[in-house]
Amino acid sequence: MLWMAAALALTLSSAGVIGTAIPPTQVVKVQKKEKLIEAEKPPFTEGIFPCSQCHNLKVNGKVNPTRRELQFHDEIQSDFHHDSENRWCLDCHDANNRDVLHLTSGAAVPFTESYKLCGQCHGDKYRDWKRGVHGKRVGQWNGEKTYFLCVNCHNPHSPRFKSLKPLPPPIRPSDMNRGKR
Amino acid sequence: MSACENSGGCGSEVVDPGRRDVLKFLAVGATMATGAACDLEGFFRKSFRELSPADVRRMTTGWERKYTRKYGKTVTVSEVGPMDGVKFGYGLDLSRCIGCRRCVYACVEENNQSRKEPQIQWIRVLEMDKAHGVDLNHSDIYYDAATVPQPGKFYMPIQCQQCDDPPCVKTCPVGATWKEKDGIVVIDYDWCIGCRCCMSACPYGARHFNWAEPSLPAQEMNPKTHVLGNRPRPKGVVEKCTFCIQRTREGLYPACVEVCPVGARKFGNLLDPESEIRQAMDTKRVFILKEDLATHPSFFYFYAT
Repeated sequence: MLWMAAALALTLSSAGVIGTAIPPTQVVKVQKKEKLIEAEKPPFTEGIFPCSQCHNLKVNGKVNPTRRELQFHDEIQSDFHHDSENRWCLDCHDANNRDVLHLTSGAAVPFTESYKLCGQCHGDKYRDWKRGVHGKRVGQWNGEKTYFLCVNCHNPHSPRFKSLKPLPPPIRPSDMNRGKR
Repeated sequence: MSACENSGGCGSEVVDPGRRDVLKFLAVGATMATGAACDLEGFFRKSFRELSPADVRRMTTGWERKYTRKYGKTVTVSEVGPMDGVKFGYGLDLSRCIGCRRCVYACVEENNQSRKEPQIQWIRVLEMDKAHGVDLNHSDIYYDAATVPQPGKFYMPIQCQQCDDPPCVKTCPVGATWKEKDGIVVIDYDWCIGCRCCMSACPYGARHFNWAEPSLPAQEMNPKTHVLGNRPRPKGVVEKCTFCIQRTREGLYPACVEVCPVGARKFGNLLDPESEIRQAMDTKRVFILKEDLATHPSFFYFYAT
């Protein structure tokens, strides 16, 4: 015990008081109000919106509602992996007004509220997303936080995440030069 | 080393080196002379005290000056305390994590960890076989595949679990680490003697030691620091995850939550039933790493699917 005290006394010294320790920090009374901010939906491919520029009933006449391979929108058709066996464009895009989406009920949904459309099939994710369990929120945990929409993270035509290159692994202790520079 | 010595500026209280040696000599002499164990307690009671808030502010101002000089940018050292009615909790969705290690490096940058020689990373990502389940004996932290996730594998990041009954705190012989009211286990880098007892006590391998003077390039140094968090550490002390104390006590999410590309990380106030962390805890399958050790972590793993 004595040697310990001596050693401590050697290491700790200042004027008057031998040791000073930082105490547990003082409790602060702060109550911030939570505020959810919706992230902006990702932009359309340049020049593609409004879709009615081309998809115009007055110009094109009748819509062909038969599922088929299109002569246009190659980049979407070639990378369409969203139950592609059973689904196609007009299951989500509205046939009569191409500037909006539509639910299975036929009700129109603007592109900014596409999560309502996603929620029809992915009800469990929709429920979790509203609670903040699915998806991501950034900003303040008890204040203003931004939540992302489905389409901010998932490509609606190919929603599965692409794999990523991992950042480098840690250096093994055997390869680390411990203190010898 | 006293807190004052390291502060780089305690005004009139700074003792010149010669006088300090005399003091040391006197202190040792006094201890030797009193000798008997019964007086030892009295000696400590008279000679040690906790810093007052004003003392802490004076110290942090000193550090701010020192770091600003050293790193060539305006460094702030906050000493803001825990918020009332807040107990931090962390959830990690194992069904989402893809093992990309974005969190590891966001943490290194946010918290001013030594980049190499020694390399210190507060988050370790374990790659494990789906066939084995969570089995630490069949895990690999050095995986380096071209892309992740690899088929048949899952990924489990481990960092400080901010235990409610922390073995590291119990074992520290000098009381240099403790648990704050909001649940964050913190370290006083000036009080730590570098004995590493806490590292061997921690069942999660969450504590890391500065074997050498940390290598922290001035241009990469994060100038927004907290006294018990990411302020630059000296050689020979232990450090670990603090839930980004400098961010979370200001109301922000930790850096790892902000960077996660798959939204696998959830953070919030466990005492608030509406918080994301509570929503996940209340509705999902949750497990605690090494629950049998009764460390009662504030860090939870869950499966959202």
